[in-house]
Order: sequence, then structure tokens, then C-alpha cells
Amino acid sequence: MEPIIRVEHLYKTFQAKNGQVEAIKDINFEIQKGDIFGIIGLSGAGKSTLVRCLNLLERPSGGAVYVNGSNLTELPEKELRRTRQKIGMIFQHFNLLMQRNVLDNVCFPMEIAGIKKSVARKRALELLETVGLREKAKAYPAQLSGGQKQRVAIARVLAGNPEILLCDEATSALDPQTTKSILGLLKEINEKYHITIVVITHEMAVVQEICSHVAVLDHGVLAETGTVEELFRSPQTEIARQLVFSGSAHITHMKSDRMVRVVFDGNSAFEPMIGNIILECKTPVNILYANTQTVHGNAEGEMILQLPEDTETAEKIIRYFREKGLSVEEVRDYVE
Amino acid sequence: MWSSTVIHMLLEGTGATLYMTLVSTFFGYVIGLPMGTLLAVTDKDGIRPNAVIYKILDVIANIVRSIPFLILLILVIPFTRFLVGKSYGSTATIVPLVLAAGPFIARMVESSLKEVDKGVIEAAQSMGAGTFTIIWKVLLAEARTSLLVGLTITIGTILGYSAMAGVVGGGGLGDIAIRYGYYRYQTDIMLVTIVILVLLVQILQVVGMLISRKLDRRL
Repeated sequence: MEPIIRVEHLYKTFQAKNGQVEAIKDINFEIQKGDIFGIIGLSGAGKSTLVRCLNLLERPSGGAVYVNGSNLTELPEKELRRTRQKIGMIFQHFNLLMQRNVLDNVCFPMEIAGIKKSVARKRALELLETVGLREKAKAYPAQLSGGQKQRVAIARVLAGNPEILLCDEATSALDPQTTKSILGLLKEINEKYHITIVVITHEMAVVQEICSHVAVLDHGVLAETGTVEELFRSPQTEIARQLVFSGSAHITHMKSDRMVRVVFDGNSAFEPMIGNIILECKTPVNILYANTQTVHGNAEGEMILQLPEDTETAEKIIRYFREKGLSVEEVRDYVE
Repeated sequence: MWSSTVIHMLLEGTGATLYMTLVSTFFGYVIGLPMGTLLAVTDKDGIRPNAVIYKILDVIANIVRSIPFLILLILVIPFTRFLVGKSYGSTATIVPLVLAAGPFIARMVESSLKEVDKGVIEAAQSMGAGTFTIIWKVLLAEARTSLLVGLTITIGTILGYSAMAGVVGGGGLGDIAIRYGYYRYQTDIMLVTIVILVLLVQILQVVGMLISRKLDRRL
């Protein structure tokens, strides 16, 4: 099947004061119809440039962008504008017309397409219903919250009956909860209207939440592409690993061979013992082994911890456990 | 001094001043609005960059704006005579006023349109909007408030310029102030014309700001 978007050897070079800057270099990928395709990368990786090349808001310096088989870079101006009507786009800062009310904002793409005003208004109201903002039809963007503005932007984009929806950091200006609801809405749109969605983001959580496929962009180069599962299971590149494990950016390697076995009884299960130790002693401990077993009807947990090299800190940890009434014994040569 | 002749003269002068100001503003915008729009659109980060058109308009605007109005007034007398048939009186004054106001308005319009959020323009482009649609429905519509503020400032400026034309018999309140206050040492009449001019500008400013704020949907 012909992919809905195909990018071939795409380059974009900007003229800067001190020479040329290659924003993206030799990008190749395909997006199948109905996919939610994530493009992830750190800031400055060229994500925004790349997405703008997909509807030629930014004209590529080299290469080709095929949408439904036709090369956008070769289309005459008029054809290009008609094609753009089928490629919707939403933005980080919503980009609503501030001097128009919500209803007229949603009508805007239909005005451009030359749809009769009465028809456009009716459809705009339906779309506002879809995004849950029907009662805000007469409000102005300045009176709405960020999440509401993005919903209006989504209704507006749907008004153009797009086959593709480009989202440029569409949730980056929103709080986590609003982000979740907007992502939910995007997913719903993808399923209900079969719109292919391209999501640009720097947050792995967004990719995890809705994307089926993902491309990792690093310094203007496509580092890897694949399904989201593949990326999570086995990131092939350093940058992908960084993005996947973004929570644990600074991993301390434990080199010490000092280990203890701690036994928890049923009572201490209420206290987050390991968590407290880490906070108290401000040092990581390595859990090498943990198990729970029932001894005479009581749940007992055992755990083997690797302690930090620093003797003083190690002693402090052992003392802490003893103070809490847990049994601690040093173990040597622990082998799994 | 409050003879009926003087009062009549002042009323007529006020009428002539308003006539010159409003007509000149109108024709000033007939020149300045398209010129300013072209400047904003053809600038290098505009929606249709065109260095040649931009440079030409830029130079014209700068030349006209660097000529002091009083000099321009005298400079264009032959042209005024050709157009109106005479070089004195309020209708004749409209000619140099429009010539001076056009480029001034163009700069105002240019800067108003450049204030429009680039993101909104980009959004319109992503919807497949053409240049004309963007100019009409995005640039001019979104810059509405700023354009109205510009209009208010423009009317005030033209009002001031029209008074200057009194030196060459331009008619209106400025003419009266010069003839009576300067040539005849009748300071009282000059003071009254000044008060009327101040009131006109004051009213204009208040009304202009009120309307532009009323029409702004960002508040």
C-alpha cells in the first residue's frame, strides 16, 4: 500500500549570520494511513523544521515530500494550497485568531475553502460539540484556558476535513492533566475520522500515550524509526536510550562489594524503608535480590542490598535498619 | 472680541479644519493603507518577500517623511495649482496634506501589521489560505486595534499639519491664528483658536481610544 506520507532525502539548510546551519539532513521515512506517528527529539533537534517541511510551510532545500503519492515540492502554488487544506496543523501556542470568536475561528478554514456561511456555521457547531466546547461558541480565545484553546484549534483543524493532522508540540504548553485529555481527544479523532496524525514532541510520555510508530531525531538526523514497542524494548541508539530512560538521567554505578541481607517482618511493611534510607542518607542503594515468604503465617520479606563504598555511609545505613528493629547481616560473595 | 463676525469666523475655521483633516485622512489612507500593507507583506520576513518592491516603497516613504511639512507645502504648489486650480484655501491644502500623510500612514500600517502574531499567519498558511486572504482576514483583521490607534494618531497629526498651512493662506483655524495672532497682534483670538484645536485633538484622542478598545477582543 502506498504510504500517506513519504519523505525522501529531505534536507533543510538555513542561512545564518555565521554560515549555514543544516537543520535536517537526509531524512527518510514513511507514514502509513491511520498511524499516529511520533517524531521525538531534544530541543534543537530539528523537529519543528521537519514537520513544517511536511506541508511546505518550510520549503526543503533538497529531497522530496510525497503526500498520497504526489510530490509537494513540485506542485504549483495553487495545487499546493489545495493540498494543504487536507493537511491540518495544530500548534504549541494554539494560534487562534484573537479578534474572532470561537465559532468564527472554527469557520475560518471553511471560509478559505469557499463553503457557504450557513453550512459552515452548522458544521462548526457540530465540531465544537465533538470537542466539548459548544457552549463557548460565542466566547473569544482570550477568555479560554490553554486546554480549551487547543480544543478550539482541533475543532478548527477538523473543519477542513483533513486526511493528515500535524501536531507541533501541541501539548507542550499544557499541564499534565490537560495534556492527557488533549491526547485522548487526538486518539479519538484518529479512530473516529481515520485521520493520520503526526505528533512532534520532546516528551516520551506523549509518544507512549498515543503513538503507534516513532522516529527519533537527533541533531537533524534520523537516529531510528520503528514501532513504539520496539523503541521501548530495545532502543538502538544512545539518544533513544536517553529519551526512553529520561527519568534516570544520572545512573550511579555501584562498585562496592559490601552487601547486607535485611529481613522485614510484617510490621515494617507499612514504612517505606528503602525509600526512607535513601532520603535519610542521601545515597543510592542497589537492590540485588528481594523476596517475600510466609513463615508461620507471617509475611516476611528479605532483601539483599549493595551498600555504597563509603564506609561511614554504609555504617549509617546498617545503624538505621537496626534502630528500626530489623535484622541486618552482612553477606559476602552474594551470587544470584 | 465676541462679535458675531468673529464667532462666525471661528465656526467657519473649525469647519474648514475638520474638512481638511478628515478628507486628507481619507485620501491619506487610500495611499497609505495599500502602501503600508505592501511594505509589511514584501519585507524579508513578510508573507511575500520582495526586496525590489520593498526597497522602492521604503525609499519613497523615507524621502517624503524627511521633508518638513512646511517645505513640502511650498514645494508642491505647482502641483496643487494644477490639481485644484489655486494654491490657497482649504481644498488646496488637502493636496500637500495627503502627500505628507500617505507615507506617514504607510509606516503606521506597516508597523501595525508586523505586530500580528507570526504563528497565526502560519496557521492560516497551513489551512491553504492565499496571500490576499491572509492580508484581508488575518493581517488587517487581527491588527484592527493597532490600526485604529494609528488612525487616531494620524488624525491628530494631520490636524496639526493643517494648522501649519495657515502660513500660506491654507484656511482653517491655523490660518486664523496666524492672521490675527501673528500679523495683527490680536492674541485673544489666537488663544481661542488654540483652545479649539486642543479640544478637537482631545476629543479625537478619547473617542479614538474608546472605539479601538471597545473593538479589541483580547481583553
